Amino acid sequence: MTDELAARVAAIIAKNQRIAVETIGAQSTFAELNIDSLDGLQLVFALEEEFHVDIPDDAAKEFRSVGEVVNGLEKLLLAKQAAASPASV
Amino acid sequence: MRRVAVTGVGVVSALGFDRESFWNGMADGRCGIETIDAVDCSDLKIRIGAEVKRFDPLMWLTAKEIGTMDRSTQFAMVAALEAVKDSGVEVAGERAAVVTGCSLGGKCTEDETYRGLYAEKRTRFEPMTIPRAMTNAGASCISMRHAITGPCYTVSTACASAAHAIGQAFWMVRSGLVDIALTGGNEAPFTLGMLRGWESLRVVSPEPCRPFSKNRKGLTLGEGAAMLVLEPLEAALARGAHVYAEIRGFGMTADAAHLTMPSADGAARAMRAALQDAGLSAERIGYINAHGTGTAANDVTETQAIRSVFALPPPVSSTKSMHGHALGAAGALEAVATVLALDRGVLPPTVNFVERDEQCDLDVIPNASRVLAVEAAISNSFAFGGLNAVLAFASDGATRV
Repeated sequence: MTDELAARVAAIIAKNQRIAVETIGAQSTFAELNIDSLDGLQLVFALEEEFHVDIPDDAAKEFRSVGEVVNGLEKLLLAKQAAASPASV
Repeated sequence: MRRVAVTGVGVVSALGFDRESFWNGMADGRCGIETIDAVDCSDLKIRIGAEVKRFDPLMWLTAKEIGTMDRSTQFAMVAALEAVKDSGVEVAGERAAVVTGCSLGGKCTEDETYRGLYAEKRTRFEPMTIPRAMTNAGASCISMRHAITGPCYTVSTACASAAHAIGQAFWMVRSGLVDIALTGGNEAPFTLGMLRGWESLRVVSPEPCRPFSKNRKGLTLGEGAAMLVLEPLEAALARGAHVYAEIRGFGMTADAAHLTMPSADGAARAMRAALQDAGLSAERIGYINAHGTGTAANDVTETQAIRSVFALPPPVSSTKSMHGHALGAAGALEAVATVLALDRGVLPPTVNFVERDEQCDLDVIPNASRVLAVEAAISNSFAFGGLNAVLAFASDGATRV
């Protein structure tokens, strides 16, 4: 899941920042990618739309690198999946 | 106090995206009013407007900038870029000001947001929704693009917004508070919500507006922006700049009477205040760019006001018949029309004029522009809420004498 997720995240960052996806490494930081606070807000919005997930403010504030976005999203998606599956007895 | 020159103008309107297309459109008496494209009007009474069509902001702005700006702000930015380029002067720093007029703010952004909210039950919105919708976004984005760090603000007085803005910028340059100002107005009102609101006021004409003409049926909405560069006349002449006109006076009053019905007294007092501020007698005014909305009430009241100030009224025209009523930007479009009339020695017409109305017994320059060099002119703006602002200009020829 992570590789596919990382690729989708990179594609969204590339679109958001209007940069080539090849310039985005798995561990690139927001500073390296020139993602300022407003860009970050727009990125979170784009991620929410893409993955149909609500990213809480606290989680969004933790995003400082591509790796943190992928890890954070993975947790949120797993939690969403767990919440959607029938409760086990 | 310093004398103040207009040395640059930029215009985005239904007549085009720059100064010359705006001027040539008016000089040719071209009406920019057509079927509205931005909104599906099949269910509306309002179907026509002076819309800015085929506008591609990428010609002036980056994709990133565009993403942070409502259509109204994009118009403001383009007009400001054109005005600065036209003036050939650097407008930047602490001694520079930006004062814009805008009545509605980012209505396109708001309308889209509310459609998502109420119609689609969306719960997530574009993070730039709030800053895009700010009424002062035009002034703020202009200050950022041009590194203008002095006074920067937006005046919102409905249809007099831009005239109030230009008047205040003029006073700041005249008094020496700043050495240069970028000022004007911007508006983009073509949204479903706005059109429904105007429809319910029953003042919008089903056909292109015919100001001062008998059996006129109301106003026609327009959109766009215009910006002017104001600088001390002495500085402009010293650097060999082209001076379109001198801005000489500004007058403002309130009717304190009715939210929508105009008052001849309030309008007349604003005209007198502008003339007094300009040090010009009424006889020296050779042209009036009227508020001239094309509503039954405005045009009669404005005629009475003009007649009370001018024993022998000069030629009067409403250029709204060509660029529409651009609300918060109207005073800026019309200030540019007025300074270009002084600069070119041609008075723009009132088009769509059919028949004289005895209650509007003025020379309204019907349907065709008139070659006539005049020494000075005023531009009237009268807003809902009973707010009146009048700007007085003098020709460069008069200025140099």
